[in-house]
Parts: sequence; structure tokens; C-alpha cells
Amino acid sequence: MSSDVESAQQLPEYPETVSKGQVEPLADEPIPFDVEIIRGDFPILERTTPAGGPLVYLDSANTSQKPRVVVEAMEDHYLNHNANVARAMHLLGAEATEAFEGARARVATFVGAAQSEEVIFTKNASEALNLCAHTLGAALKPGDEIVISVMEHHSNIVPWQLLAQRSGATLRWFDVTEDGRLDLDAAAAEGLINERTKIVSLTYVSNVLGTVNPITQIAAAAHAVGAVVVVDASQAVPQLAVDVRTLGADLVAFTGHKMVGPTGIGVLWGRYDLLAELPPFLGGGEMIEVVKMTGSTYAPPPHRFEAGTPPIAQAVGLGAAVQYLSEIGMDAIAAHEAEITAYALKGLATVDGLRVIGPNEPVDRGGAISFTLPEIHPHDISQLLDSRGVAVRGGHHCARPLHERFGIQSSTRASFYLYTTRAEVDALIDGLEYTVRFFGGAR
Amino acid sequence: MKVEELYQEIILDHYRAKHHSGLRGPYEAEVHHVNPSCGDEVTLRVHLDGDTVADVSYEGVGCSISQASTSVMSDLVIGHPVEHGLDLHREFLQLMQSKGEIEPDEDRLEDGIAFAGVAKFPARVKCALLGWSAFKDAVIQAGGVPR
Ligand SMILES: Cc1ncc(COP(=O)(O)O)c(C=O)c1O
Repeated sequence: MSSDVESAQQLPEYPETVSKGQVEPLADEPIPFDVEIIRGDFPILERTTPAGGPLVYLDSANTSQKPRVVVEAMEDHYLNHNANVARAMHLLGAEATEAFEGARARVATFVGAAQSEEVIFTKNASEALNLCAHTLGAALKPGDEIVISVMEHHSNIVPWQLLAQRSGATLRWFDVTEDGRLDLDAAAAEGLINERTKIVSLTYVSNVLGTVNPITQIAAAAHAVGAVVVVDASQAVPQLAVDVRTLGADLVAFTGHKMVGPTGIGVLWGRYDLLAELPPFLGGGEMIEVVKMTGSTYAPPPHRFEAGTPPIAQAVGLGAAVQYLSEIGMDAIAAHEAEITAYALKGLATVDGLRVIGPNEPVDRGGAISFTLPEIHPHDISQLLDSRGVAVRGGHHCARPLHERFGIQSSTRASFYLYTTRAEVDALIDGLEYTVRFFGGAR
Repeated sequence: MKVEELYQEIILDHYRAKHHSGLRGPYEAEVHHVNPSCGDEVTLRVHLDGDTVADVSYEGVGCSISQASTSVMSDLVIGHPVEHGLDLHREFLQLMQSKGEIEPDEDRLEDGIAFAGVAKFPARVKCALLGWSAFKDAVIQAGGVPR
């Protein structure tokens, strides 16, 4: 790996116009938060259902809707600046490279990265987490331990299971308490994080429970034993002002499509000195320094981890997305999310028999609420709600172990975002009351 | 598409009071089928007596459509020749894949015709097929189908 470390000293060539490592603010003064004005930015929210009613989209934890500026930025890129990046020595190639690397710089600023070379573009959060498992995993051996939690998305479980199988390391996990918080006491009692722990990988915000986990506190414990801390921030970056400098994590994964950006792009932020030590993930064009038939050397981060033609237009879209979110202000978005979640928790408590899985109080809690209704399956609930134009998700939300932990097979999840209104929450509650009557009436 | 078309009274009745449910012996084969996209699960046993389906017993977790469909299926196949059960599986599968364009045969599918509306809800077709697929698989494993 010494050649990697050496090559990390050299930076790849960019067009002159691309600022490297500079953190400039994305927006000046935030504009006052007005959900009606925000909704005007999202044409899809004006759609109606075949029955003619309004569409109530409460599935943003699954994927968010896109504001016009994001779609237009991608359209403009394809129509006016399209070329491959980094390897096309012509006008369009320079423009496309500048747009792509410019988007990287914007994303870096958005999460508080020290330099844009700390931002790796992947195809989604799942690929970013697999990248972590593969590159960190190269050094694991039997007896080493990897720690995750029972509340993880399958994307932050399966890559570590595969790594444990490959390396002989042991996979361990945090349990949760009845109200859906990480069970820190049980973890301390069983010595979950100890001198054998090499990797701790946790979700920042649960996509099922909504729980916001105390990452900084756990990261400190993990660092004290020399472990690397990976954070799945797929649900956090869209809703909270995330600052990687103070979070305490070494690697942070998130995904473009949940933060008003396009599908097909994810992000892995990593501390530069850690990234510089890691071996490559996928091999191919763009990630190399010199290729000889007898062996190759690799580009420094971030390009070492970006084999092949990257998601260029998607990066442009994501750049526009973080710009949009910054202009509205992440603090305002987080405040709206908290307000609407508190309102929904109150409303849901009035539905007969409804049980919220996860924190009942709007404290350290994101805007995803999963629940069950006695004797009515989540698919039937979501179908009935859909018939009234209310879009929610029913199933295990890619978190089967968590559902098993709560003794259920599936749940129904409503999730909110910057464009969600109280009236939409009211439509959810009305729809649930109708559902209870529909299935329960004849019982 | 009216949601009432999907949730026929017959379906809700079967869902509320499932026929032949619970796991019983004797049996020659037991299968476990899962719908990975939604997590619906069924464990199903068949007991063959020569060429006849002597019993189908099952336990499952899932939505009203998957539960009711399994209940209706068990009514239709128990006590009948294996061949007949597999023919019905084929007919039901065709009905589900028809996007609502086939008129079901009530003499053969009986309560199963209530699922005709499911064919218009592509996301739910897999739910309606879960129990039927498990039945076919179990029959094959029990050696009920000449290979
Ligand atoms: C917490 C969490 N982690 C990971 C993912 C995976 O994201 P993606 O499907 O974009 O890879 C999701 C969303 O599905 C999620 O909610």
C-alpha cells in the first residue's frame, strides 16, 4: 500500500477554474421558510390522482420529490455541456469536468468537509457502504469485531455480514430499547465496543423508527479503542444540518435521491488521511495512476474510488439540490420536520389501536413514523390510503431484523419532508380512520 | 380503479375466518414461501393420498389478499385429484396475469373469482399468488407430479 500513500501526495489535474479544497458558503442569508412557496418548486405536488383528488406524498424517506431547479440543472447539462469528464481535452470536456468537480465542491461545503477531495461519488448509499466494507475490510482478520445495530437498513447490515464471512471477523450489534433507542446500557454491560472492535457502523437517523442516534458519543468510545466509525447518514443529511467536522465519524454515506437530488448518485465522505490509506474498491478507468501489465498504481482520493465514467449529470443535479437546500437553510428544514412530526405523532395517537414503533415523543427524532394497526396488514393499510391519494410505505422498509426485534413482520410508514403540510397529515389521519372502519367494521 | 373492486366481501370473509389454516400432519412435503418485496410469508404442507390431495395445511403472515387467496386455494384443492389442483393453479395464474381482461370461470374457481379485481393492481398480484405457488411447489416436492 505504500505506493497508494505516495500517490496520495499528488493531486489529479483539474481545469483551472475548479476550486480545490475551498469551502465557500452555498447561500447567504436564508429566506424565511414558507411551505406553500416551497411546494411551488415541486411540480409533482400539484398532481392529482385518477379519482381527481390531491396527491398526498408521505413517502419521502423512501425517495424525495425533486424541485424544478434540480431537473433543470440536469437538463441544461445534458443539452448544453455534455461530455465525459477528466479525459476529454476539449471545450465540452472541460465544462463537464468543471460541472462535475464543482458539484463535488458544493457537496463538500454542504456537509462541512475540509476539502472537496474528501467527497467520493458512488451510485447510491448502498454502494458507499459496500465501498467502506471492502476497503476497511482488507485489513480484518479472525477475532476482529465489527459492530452495527439492529435498527440498520439492510444496506448497513449485509455488506458487513459479507465482510465477516470473507475475513472471519465477528459481527456484533447494538440492541434497541422498547421505545426504539439504541440500548447503550446493554451495550456497555456486554462490552460491545472493546479492544477487538475494528469497525463501528451505525445509522445516524433510523429510516423506520425515526430515532436520531448519539453518533458523537459512540464515535468517541469507538475511537478510544482504535476503531473506525462509519455512519449511514442516508436519512440524516436530508433533514438535519450535518457537519462532518464535529460529527465524530470517519466515513459518512448518504444518497442523492432522498435529499431532493436525482437517483443514481450517492456520496461517501471520508477523512482525507484515512481515504489516502485505503485500497481501491472497484477497478477500472479513472481510478488509476499508471497501469502496466505487471501491476498498477492508483489515483489519490477521491478518484481512486471512482472507477469508470461517474454519474456526471446526477452530480450536477445533486449540486443543484444541495444549493437549493442551503438556500432554504437546513436549520429551517429541520425545524419544519420536527414541527410536522410532532403534529403527526399527536394525530396518530387519536387513531384507535394504533401503535407507533419508535419514539413517541418528538425528541431526537426524525420525520419517519412507522406504526401498526391491530389485525390490519400494512399492505392493506397502504392500499386503502392509496385509494384516497395518500402515499405511504408498507412492509419492512429494508429493516427486517428491526421488525423482528419488535415482534412484527411489517409496518406502515409515513415520512415527511420540507414540502409536507399539516393538511397532508390530516389526510393521513382521516385515511387511517377510514381504513379501520373498512376492515374493522364487519368484525 | 375503485379499491372496493379489490377488496371483495368474499376476500374479507376468508381473511377474517381462514379455511383449513394451521399446520397439521400427516404430510409429505412442507415448503416456506416468501414474498421478498413485502415480507409476506407462508409455511404450507401437503398430504397426498395416491393421486388425491388429502390435506393442505398452512400458517402465514401477510395481507388480506395473500391470506384469503391461500384459504380459497385450500378449499379448491383439498379432496380433489392433484392434476385438478395444478390445473386450477394454472387458471388462477392466467387470471392474475390478465390485467383484468379474462372473465374467470366461476364453476371452476368458485370463491377464487373474487380475486379477478386483483389483476388490475399489479403490485398485489404476487400476494394473491403466494399460497398457490407454495401449493404447487409442495406437490412437486411430495412427488405428486410425474417428472
Ligand atoms: C437508512 C438508510 N440507509 C441506506 C439506504 C439505502 O439507500 P440507497 O437505496 O439509495 O442505496 C436507505 C434508503 O433506502 C436508508 O433509509
